[in-house]
Amino acid sequence: MKLIASNISVIRGEELILEDISFTVSSNEALIVRGANGTGKSTLLRAIAGLLPLETGTFSVDDPDNEFGDSTHSQLCHYLGHENAMKPAMTVGENLAFWQEFAGQPHLEIDEAMEMVGLDGLQDVPFSHLSTGQRRRISISRLLISYRPIWLLDEPTAGLDAASEKQFAKLMQIHLEDGGLIIAATHIPLGLENTKELVFGEQE
Amino acid sequence: MIALLKRDLKLSFRSGGGAAIALLFYFAVVVSMPFAIGPDPILLSTIGGATLWIGALLASLLGLERLFQSDAEDGSLDQMLISPTPLAAQVFTKSFVHWLVTGLPLTLMAPVFGLFLGMSQNALLASMATLAVGTPAISFIGAVGAAITVSLSRGGLLLSVLVMPMCIPVLIFGVGAVRAAVTEPDPFLPPFLLVAAISLFFAVIGPFASALALRQGAS
Amino acid sequence: MTIADTQNLPRGLTALANPTRFLALVRVVLPVLTIITIGLLAIGLWLGFSVPDDYQQGRTVRIMFVHVPSVWMAMGAYMVMVSGALGVLVWRHPLADVAARAAAPLGACFTFLGLATGSIWGRPMWGTWWVWDARLTSFLILFIIYLGLIALWNSMEEPAKSARIAAVAILVGAINIPIIKFSVDWFTTLHQPASVLRTDGPKLAPEFLYPLLTMGLAFLFLFLTLHLMAMRNEILRRQIRTLQRKAAREIRSANKAST
Repeated sequence: MKLIASNISVIRGEELILEDISFTVSSNEALIVRGANGTGKSTLLRAIAGLLPLETGTFSVDDPDNEFGDSTHSQLCHYLGHENAMKPAMTVGENLAFWQEFAGQPHLEIDEAMEMVGLDGLQDVPFSHLSTGQRRRISISRLLISYRPIWLLDEPTAGLDAASEKQFAKLMQIHLEDGGLIIAATHIPLGLENTKELVFGEQE
Repeated sequence: MIALLKRDLKLSFRSGGGAAIALLFYFAVVVSMPFAIGPDPILLSTIGGATLWIGALLASLLGLERLFQSDAEDGSLDQMLISPTPLAAQVFTKSFVHWLVTGLPLTLMAPVFGLFLGMSQNALLASMATLAVGTPAISFIGAVGAAITVSLSRGGLLLSVLVMPMCIPVLIFGVGAVRAAVTEPDPFLPPFLLVAAISLFFAVIGPFASALALRQGAS
Repeated sequence: MTIADTQNLPRGLTALANPTRFLALVRVVLPVLTIITIGLLAIGLWLGFSVPDDYQQGRTVRIMFVHVPSVWMAMGAYMVMVSGALGVLVWRHPLADVAARAAAPLGACFTFLGLATGSIWGRPMWGTWWVWDARLTSFLILFIIYLGLIALWNSMEEPAKSARIAAVAILVGAINIPIIKFSVDWFTTLHQPASVLRTDGPKLAPEFLYPLLTMGLAFLFLFLTLHLMAMRNEILRRQIRTLQRKAAREIRSANKAST
């Protein structure tokens, strides 16, 4: 499958943040969005997720095998924002179980997903007890418990140490090999093969 | 939807959830009334229905500020906006949970608190009945206010200012029905049914308006 | 959507909004409107003061010539806000928000004027400054709604975002106003006999009717004039904001270039 963006413009607040952006990302491929702060990386991801209205342009999904029926592109997306979307008053297991049920299309078991991010055994610990890096990893495991072909990752490695970064790179690689596609906004190399780049703002 | 219902119920009984606080606040309002008005039993029982209603209105407003704000802060709201489940349905669920953990306990405790005010048995039953059908309206109207003020840091005060005038009809008919239940010639049913009608009306309008405001707020 | 930045917008959008043209129009129309308003107010006030005393209300009946037009404009301003809100949500027209926002303080002022004159009129009629009469009560609630909406606008920084959120609030208020009106009528009929105050309807003698209609027209033009002025100020305020942002951005990129 392919995600095609054509002539996207987005106004946020009073400013034209994105102007006439076009790109295509296919299965097994990652698009890395780079650029200084405030150049519109997060805006692009939020726009793809359907959180922001588009001034011009469209997103469309090219799905020749009709794998995903008539779902709209944003229904095929996992969005990992700056916040972790977890409730500190609930345990890790409760949080993940909620998101799995809420998002539908269950993929990995919760225990399995937690093992993938190296936090198996913390199911019954309240989310508020975790460290910043652990919280981020739990948030990443949310991508694994429900299936979505498109991952939209906004600074996914923020707060992760080197080892977890490597682990996360492996998870992303598996997702890509699985036929998924990734669009990530970051200024740290993610260590992925088969990537395209989209650079916003002036070249550094 | 069920998942959201279960989670919000769970959260409202954990630390930071306001279910018990709203009830305590209600109790505090009702109990402080006689100190302001004086312990005259006849006067207290006349304004009993009004006191219970004002207390219920204030206590319901208390928890509304956090209805969407906590979800907005931790990023859950973004996930709700993306979700294929219609946003209005999610808002309906959240408003319903708000009623379950504030409006319903307030209704159930009303007769107990009413005893402090020396209300007659008829008045107690009438208060309970009108609160049961009227407090949902406060939750649904309040959800709109909560959605409108979600991105504001001092949204709670503004929320009350916006929601209060919208709740006046519920208050008028609710208290009117309680009074009608004790004063003979006035019929109880018309104001009672009007309260129910307002609740049903806002159960439909409220979620759509809230969803619209939340979506605009995200951009 | 910004107003000064329209030239930066993709083509096709510029046609939607042209505040520059609006400002040019205001410059021409405003003096004319001002003259008409002053003229009508002068005629209306002269007519109003020259009517004979009412056989029941005496000279206090003249309060009507300010009270009733204020009440009309108080409701009219909300109607302007509702159409502005629809303009924001349905057509996303940037001037619609400006129109709605500029109407709110005017509506609040006319509502206050209506309440104050009603109260002053009520003093000799009812023997007290305030009565929980159906009309006064609904207007009091309308006044609170106006103030709440103004507070909402003031607490949101970004005009584009606040426009759409305020529009939702305005529309929910509009849906609720008939319910409030109905409940207040029910409330007042339950608690006291019907209002003593009858100001409108065909009962009014023509000698009172014509001054009233003149004053109504004068207030309509007063509203239009003030509304256009407020809209102009709002547009200019937003243009200043955009220029300030632009200045900040230029300094930022200049700093970057020098390092």
